[in-house]
Amino acid sequence: MATVHIPTPMRVATDGAATVQIEGATAREIVDRLTEQFPDLGGRLVDDGQLRPGLAIFVDGANVGRRLRTRLQPDSELFFVEALGGG
Amino acid sequence: MTAGNGAYRVVGTRPVRHDGVDKVTGRARYGVDANMPGMVWGKVLRSPHARARIRGIDTSRAEAAGQVLAVVTGDDFPDPGAGEAEANESGMQSLRYMAERVIARRRVTYEGQVIAAVAAASVHEAEEALSLIDVDYEVLPPVLDVREAMQDDAPVILDDLRTETGGVFDDKPSNIAKHFIFEEGDVEAGYSAADLVMERSYSTAMVHQGYIEPHNALAYWNPDGHLIVESSSQGHFGIRDELATMLEHPKSKIRVLPAEIGGGFGGKTTVYLEPLAAVLSRKIGRPVKMTMNRTEVLIGTGPAPGAFMTVKMGVTNEGKITAVNVDLAFEAGGYPGSAVSAGCLCCIGPFDIENFRVDGYDVVVNKPKSHAYRAPGAPQAEFAVDALIDEICAELDMDPLEFRRLNASKEGDLRVDGTRFHPIGNIETIDAAVATDHWQSELGESTGTKRRGRGVASGYWLNGGGKSSAVARLNGDGTVTLLEGSMDIGGTRTSIAMQLAEFLGIPIEDVDPIVPDTDSIAFTGVTGGSRVTYATGWAAIEAAEDLKDQMVEGLADYWDVPAESISFDAGVFSQNGTSLDFTEAAAALQEDGLEVVGKSTASPNAAGNTFAIHIADVEVDTETGKVDVLRYTALQDAGTAIYPPYVEGQMEGGVAQGVGWALNEEYVYSPDGRMLNASFLDYRMPTSLDLPMIETVIVEVPNPGHPYGVRGVGEVPIVPPLAAMANAISNAIGVRIRDLPASPREVQAAVANNA
Repeated sequence: MATVHIPTPMRVATDGAATVQIEGATAREIVDRLTEQFPDLGGRLVDDGQLRPGLAIFVDGANVGRRLRTRLQPDSELFFVEALGGG
Repeated sequence: MTAGNGAYRVVGTRPVRHDGVDKVTGRARYGVDANMPGMVWGKVLRSPHARARIRGIDTSRAEAAGQVLAVVTGDDFPDPGAGEAEANESGMQSLRYMAERVIARRRVTYEGQVIAAVAAASVHEAEEALSLIDVDYEVLPPVLDVREAMQDDAPVILDDLRTETGGVFDDKPSNIAKHFIFEEGDVEAGYSAADLVMERSYSTAMVHQGYIEPHNALAYWNPDGHLIVESSSQGHFGIRDELATMLEHPKSKIRVLPAEIGGGFGGKTTVYLEPLAAVLSRKIGRPVKMTMNRTEVLIGTGPAPGAFMTVKMGVTNEGKITAVNVDLAFEAGGYPGSAVSAGCLCCIGPFDIENFRVDGYDVVVNKPKSHAYRAPGAPQAEFAVDALIDEICAELDMDPLEFRRLNASKEGDLRVDGTRFHPIGNIETIDAAVATDHWQSELGESTGTKRRGRGVASGYWLNGGGKSSAVARLNGDGTVTLLEGSMDIGGTRTSIAMQLAEFLGIPIEDVDPIVPDTDSIAFTGVTGGSRVTYATGWAAIEAAEDLKDQMVEGLADYWDVPAESISFDAGVFSQNGTSLDFTEAAAALQEDGLEVVGKSTASPNAAGNTFAIHIADVEVDTETGKVDVLRYTALQDAGTAIYPPYVEGQMEGGVAQGVGWALNEEYVYSPDGRMLNASFLDYRMPTSLDLPMIETVIVEVPNPGHPYGVRGVGEVPIVPPLAAMANAISNAIGVRIRDLPASPREVQAAVANNA
């Protein structure tokens, strides 16, 4: 089961939970199940079926950008990280 | 000093740089040198007001003037709509705001914002014509201070801006564009476990990158619809893509030529003049060249944001950090998009802290729209944290390097974004600092009004990866022509070519690196984020591997043996007791009529984080407030230093800029929002006379995420000088200066207040 880390400002949508355990073979499956479980996360994470612009996914420490098709290990760790604004 | 491991033939050596001769003989061609037959000149009318509504622009008098070839205003550009686009080094940006920053539509949000542009046969005629454009402004009071702008009752600068927090937008307009929050652990429990809790506020001023070459652009809109642009930038693909977006023109019809660059430091990662020159050229059918003067550069481009920051930290009596709160409010300038997010991610990077909360606010004020400046956001944010740590060390009577080592982040520790560090060289860099002659030396005596002090500070920067392209073309004489897509700022052609030479086992002198135009190589990201030697170097290694594999295939045919039977080592191909060196192999393949071209578009994503420690000795004249830098040592983990002289150069340059940020540089404004020091006479940058020889120590803890262990090196050295200088001054005069720059006036005032 993958461990999903919820960004601080989005924890209002997960009843304060900082991490959530979810089954999924790809990042998209994780996002789909996560937003199903916590509907208020939907608009914060997803825009028109894609990861919201300005967010990136880190899988097991590697930045995979917005590629929701990224395949996961059974015990993968996922982070949603705000893309850097340089100025 | 370089602590190389001797495992490489080319990597870590000091060959003559490929661009060296042209640069020292003045033959190198910069963007500002570009010209074309039939070229005319463009100039820009800028707003004298910091905040205003534009009620109307009347260009009729200018258009009727004989010398004027064309005039453009915002009405000549496509309506940007309400969408967003990825901008070079700036994250996601509103298309409307991007467009207004290039040329105003209905409002002015900072002095210097472009109102109109004119083309004429000469610069002087174009300048003269600007006075014939009549603009009807409704002038409004500006909001210049970040704290004032955050107040609920502050005038709202952009009526369509709502605060975004975690993907949710507030209902009412605000000057706060975005609120970032990062929190882990239990901060209150951390403070309960502390023996000492200290909270202080700090500020830094808006400062400019100060590159020597001003912004420039030459554009020719060919009647067949092809647009050719040459300009000084850090990323010609980014320039192409922004032009395509703003002008609604196909990328395939825009060709951007690279040029040598007279400095950028993050400030040349977006368009300013390019769209104006393009639209003027489209109107008149001739090439249009535009160049800013220094005042235009200062008021009309993207400086680094000023910041107001509050840090609260709990520590035990033994010096272990138990919790921290960091509040960062950054001046975005006239439109959203400051570097506060990177400031949030970097501010406590050098320290292993389990309980933290970091809040970042991106705040619109009536100053130039800020842009990237070398480790964007980190110098300000880390100054605040490192200065507080210095105050805590003084309170605990603890050695500041011992404190840093006790709390140093290391592999597996938590980062602000919640992920964990890969292998890093933080502790190794601290240990190297302790071992320096500088740290072990005596400071020397203070005499009379000349007070001496020593300060240290840490630095942390993330480093970037991303998409880069390279093409390696084998020549029949065994040399290789390397096309690489990154604009060369810090001499990266050589550091990239050295990685290709290392892989192929050939001398660096046999590789000629070239940066081609946007039609001649695949997309490559901006030269920024300390990414080029890492990511474009990676692409060059892959291109070299592709080239080698094709050579093996060709030699299999030449020798009439299976490819698997051929081995390759140190530039020599061998099979069954027969060998050809690289040059012989190239000649054999040419004889066989084979052209070998290796290529790669890579997107590596394991850029290693990097750390620095700086030590500064200063002498402060308490009578005049002048600060002299007596000795300065910079240490940083480079992963593997591909070309050590460039690493040392980056360290020295970062120190020089950081010392300027600490001591003198600032945008000074009148109450109505006009910059009062918009020239290099009054905007005081350090010169060689202001600085000692900077001592550099390269620490090498290889990045496991790169074949040769590369970490980015260009940005982290600007991070520590702000706190190192402030800490040294405090150590010298016994008074803490928390608002930078520590100019003579500030120092004098601090000394007087203390007395």
